[in-house]
Amino acid sequence: MMKLTLKNNLFVMLIFSVVVLTAPIWLSPIGANYPDLLQKFAIFGIFAIGFNILFGLTGYLSFGHATFLGIGSYSAVWCFKLFSMNVLPGIVMGTVIAGIFAFLIGYVSLRRSGIYFSILTLAFAQMSYSLAYSVLTPITNGETGLQLSSEDPRYLDALFSVEVTEGLPSTNLFGQLMSGYPGFYFCATLLIIGFYISLKIFRSPFGLKLRAIKSNQTRMRYTGFNTRPYLLTAFIISGMYAGLAGSLMAVTDPLAGAERMQWTASGEVVLMTILGGSGTLLGPLFGVTIIKYFENIFSAMNTSTLNEFFSFLPEFLQSIMVSISQHFVGEGWHLTLGALFMLVVIFLPGGVMEGVTLINKHVRLKLGLRYDDPSVAQSEPSGIEAAPASLTDSQKEEKK
Amino acid sequence: MDVFLIQLLNGLDKGGAYALIALGLTLAFGTLGIVNFAHGALFMLGAFCAVTVQQILTMSVKVRDESITFFEAYKEQPYLEIWWGDTGTAIIDYAVPISILFVIPIMLLIGLALERGLIKHFYKRSHAEQILVTFGLAIVLQEIIRAFFGANPIPTPAPDIVAGSAAIGSFLGLSDNLVYPWWRLIYLAFSSLVIFGVFAFLKFTTFGMVVRAGMADRETVGLLGINVQRKFTIVFGLAAVVAGVAGAMYAPILPPDYHMGMDFLVLSFVVVVVGGMGSLGGAVTAGFLLGILQSFASMNEFKAIFPGIDQIIIYLVAVIVLLVRPRGLMGREGVMED
Repeated sequence: MMKLTLKNNLFVMLIFSVVVLTAPIWLSPIGANYPDLLQKFAIFGIFAIGFNILFGLTGYLSFGHATFLGIGSYSAVWCFKLFSMNVLPGIVMGTVIAGIFAFLIGYVSLRRSGIYFSILTLAFAQMSYSLAYSVLTPITNGETGLQLSSEDPRYLDALFSVEVTEGLPSTNLFGQLMSGYPGFYFCATLLIIGFYISLKIFRSPFGLKLRAIKSNQTRMRYTGFNTRPYLLTAFIISGMYAGLAGSLMAVTDPLAGAERMQWTASGEVVLMTILGGSGTLLGPLFGVTIIKYFENIFSAMNTSTLNEFFSFLPEFLQSIMVSISQHFVGEGWHLTLGALFMLVVIFLPGGVMEGVTLINKHVRLKLGLRYDDPSVAQSEPSGIEAAPASLTDSQKEEKK
Repeated sequence: MDVFLIQLLNGLDKGGAYALIALGLTLAFGTLGIVNFAHGALFMLGAFCAVTVQQILTMSVKVRDESITFFEAYKEQPYLEIWWGDTGTAIIDYAVPISILFVIPIMLLIGLALERGLIKHFYKRSHAEQILVTFGLAIVLQEIIRAFFGANPIPTPAPDIVAGSAAIGSFLGLSDNLVYPWWRLIYLAFSSLVIFGVFAFLKFTTFGMVVRAGMADRETVGLLGINVQRKFTIVFGLAAVVAGVAGAMYAPILPPDYHMGMDFLVLSFVVVVVGGMGSLGGAVTAGFLLGILQSFASMNEFKAIFPGIDQIIIYLVAVIVLLVRPRGLMGREGVMED
């Protein structure tokens, strides 16, 4: 009989799918149930899950992941322009081309590790960003950004004689327009598929090898493992996730600009992953939801909403509170983000997931229940025990 | 020849800024083992110290404009001019050089506070976490500056006497067309001076000797009964001062805005890595080298052959150097090898 525990992939996926697909319902009490924001949750969720496969498992901190996001967007928009407004070819093309670029950049960058790897990825990202802004204008349309126009050929659409509407065409999935809730459900489906793949990777010998690389790469090498192909595979997979996320951005809004590739955008995904908890399955999704939700709330606030919020205080206190807190909202949202980020890194380096684990442990100990420390039982193997265990596992694999 | 010389000078003064920031980064890294992503923000804070000094000096009051007699006209006149007349005007004119006097103690305090308050707790954490927390700090600092000074660049002029250009061409016996802004020449001289100062400080003082010994083998120096930690904290303050004065002096060249730190930081990190992590000489050499390369790449002759080369040359060189010489130009063995 199938045991219904969190160790069972199918059970996990079932819960996950239900939670994601019902998001419009359970997010409505906090006012986050409108399609635009939900789409953002799903898209950045895919981006962060992919980043987590590289950073969370192998510990290689890439500061240039937004490059693949941008490449995905550009490819998808070109696909819309040249072939079809159907989204499927667009996202396939975005993912594949991002994968090709990830192979090229990864092949070079992974020759180094540690901070050198971060700087190499950063260098490539800055190069792509500057080129997209200047020389590659025929492809990227420079500062204006790549847009659809009514003169685009769209060969496939012409071939299947899809009826041409007035004005700019919209993205669709076999006729179903990709805006509003249908757009969200499309992104959510891909998020679920992406999560499933990531789950499989986390719980496979391949994932174990990546963890072993994180804990002690030298040891892996000494036992005769060539670690680079594994790293490169992880890099490409995570680049393809970013490409997918980028093409989904183009699906929900057919426009691609170079600012998507800027290094602050790469920093943002690092931030989301860390905030949620890198190296955990769900952490990055928590991080994305928290950051995107508060971005949405905080950047919309202004002095009058603050006045209302603090209206329960005496008048002089109210004016003091408002004058302090107005720097943290609206335009100053990044200040809140930076401060929050510092607090998390200082006090809770494992992110939200570590907090959850701590609370779980505390509660269980208080109630006198049995507590299996997951960090001992599985994941996050610490230096010494990790490498031999993973090696024996993977050697068994090899012998088979 | 003229064009060559101009580009060389252009590269040298930009390289001077890179070298100063990279020097501070390397000092912090070599002593405390901290990868400080907030170093660019310190550069920016220095520039805004200059802006603040200038704004304080030019605090003005509305007075009747005597030169216009047809109607009642008013003009803004700085207090300093009212109190001290021409001396006041001269002080305002020299706002940027004067600001250096304030930048040094302020940045030293900021550096020490930063080290004691935040960096101290991150010695034992991984480099990734150090990068992340200082990245957060950089965001916070730049947003605070934006809240106070707004998002637009603030022009901070150099003193009038050096506002023009120096006729280098006729001085060297070349063509008369060869002129170069005075302030940039001063910046070049200033950055060389600071660099030599730091090197001399480390080389010829007892303090510097202890610091160098501590960089080589911290444990042994500690066993000799020397408080290495305190020396290193002071070195971090010194790195902050170097970044601060570099920023303050750069204000007349590039009007400071809140994200200038980030712009310089990425480049400086590339500079540090190209020079070799932990090597002071490497950082300075690579700073000037990359500055010069960038300035030559922006010549039209090169741009005609490789369009856009000026934008990516630094990163391209960084990639090549890291692949050919994995430790950078002058990196030592065993530093950041993991």
